Amino acid sequence: MATPTERLENWDEFEIGAVLKSFDENGNYSRDHSKTYKVADWRVEKPVFNRDICIDCDMCWVACPDSCFIVEEVVNKRGKKQANIVGIDYDHCKGCAVCVEVCPTPIKSLLMFPEFEDNNNALANWPKKEKKDK
Amino acid sequence: MKNIGNLKEFATTPDRFQGGHRLCPGCAHSIIVREVVNATEDDIVVSTATGCLEVCSSIYPYTSWDVSWLHIGFENAAAGISGAEAMYKALKRKGKLPVDKPAKFLAFGGDGGTYDIGFQSLSGAAERGHDFMYVCLDNEGYMNTGGQRSSATPVGAHTTTSPRGRISYGEKNWKKDLTMIMSHHGCPYVATAVPSKWKDLATKAAKGFDTEGPVFLNTLSPCTTEWKFDPADTIMISDLAVDSCVFPLYEIENGTKLTITYRPKNKIPVRDYLGAQGRFSHLFKKGNEHLIDAWQKHTDEYWEYLQRREEAGV
Repeated sequence: MATPTERLENWDEFEIGAVLKSFDENGNYSRDHSKTYKVADWRVEKPVFNRDICIDCDMCWVACPDSCFIVEEVVNKRGKKQANIVGIDYDHCKGCAVCVEVCPTPIKSLLMFPEFEDNNNALANWPKKEKKDK
Repeated sequence: MKNIGNLKEFATTPDRFQGGHRLCPGCAHSIIVREVVNATEDDIVVSTATGCLEVCSSIYPYTSWDVSWLHIGFENAAAGISGAEAMYKALKRKGKLPVDKPAKFLAFGGDGGTYDIGFQSLSGAAERGHDFMYVCLDNEGYMNTGGQRSSATPVGAHTTTSPRGRISYGEKNWKKDLTMIMSHHGCPYVATAVPSKWKDLATKAAKGFDTEGPVFLNTLSPCTTEWKFDPADTIMISDLAVDSCVFPLYEIENGTKLTITYRPKNKIPVRDYLGAQGRFSHLFKKGNEHLIDAWQKHTDEYWEYLQRREEAGV
């Protein structure tokens, strides 16, 4: 990832009208697209995703301000298209915790952990279901 | 018109506004933008007025948009998009563009670029009847430049140009009712929306894309920085705004037919909405309680007015 200062060209190398092209000739994201820029250093806490508890309601997908939820398109039992959450794009997550707030499962399938915590470690320490006292 | 369906289906739409932009963590702007641009499958041309969205999604040399995007001044987002639309129509008539591939025109503006500075161009574009949709991202102030007041700022809100203090209680004027003003322009479709009610917003956007003529969508966009709440509460604050009827959700077709699209099951007091935000914290101090009562009275009256108008069908 080139820093913006390294990327800046001389005045006679600008494209006319300062046009930025999102895609290159092959249809991939070009170097001008912000997908190639990382904002990961903004966050102090990161969300960790627990696939075992997730019910694929996709509330986190719609509420994420940074389009960080990677979805996979599958066809469900009724033959309809459906998006399953696969994981989190940690390059673009800013750690706002909106996804954790909107997660509807009784034990959240998304929780915030400190940035240095290992993901596998976090999954092992996931809160367990509390047994009800009768 | 794209069928929005349920969220599992909607989430299969490929995103057209990507991450890597520099909006604040928890900003509602990008939630609204994603819900709006994903509500159509046609090609879209977007123009954006100066504001948080423009500044953060196009920091040179990066862009966050997967669609054609145009930035012009603070005051002429609607003028720019109406020019693009007129050119598109002319080129199509001359046979220089494919006829079977429709394109939609969309403009985004903050509340400064819509309520105050860009109002003349928006009013002109609506009057001329261009086929475009204008989405106002209303965060109730000039939040990009440090939180000055705008004509969208409600009474009692603390901003840097209407500060709270020993004598002042913050902003003195009520919010301008721009949605009604735009409906009286004779726009075929005008609606209000919030990011938390995603289906309501996406359906309204899809309906707006489908409507021929100028469409205005007013969306409340909670601002974590200047409304002073925790970034994680963005969705909760916009839920509070609709459940307390501070920002009622309705749509007006052809300037007359008003429909309320969301009725809160339990109407919560306005106090809860105000208390959740740091910019209203001084209203709860001694001597300012009358403002909360005024807020409640104003909100109830407006909600009553909307219900009466829906019943009467005028």
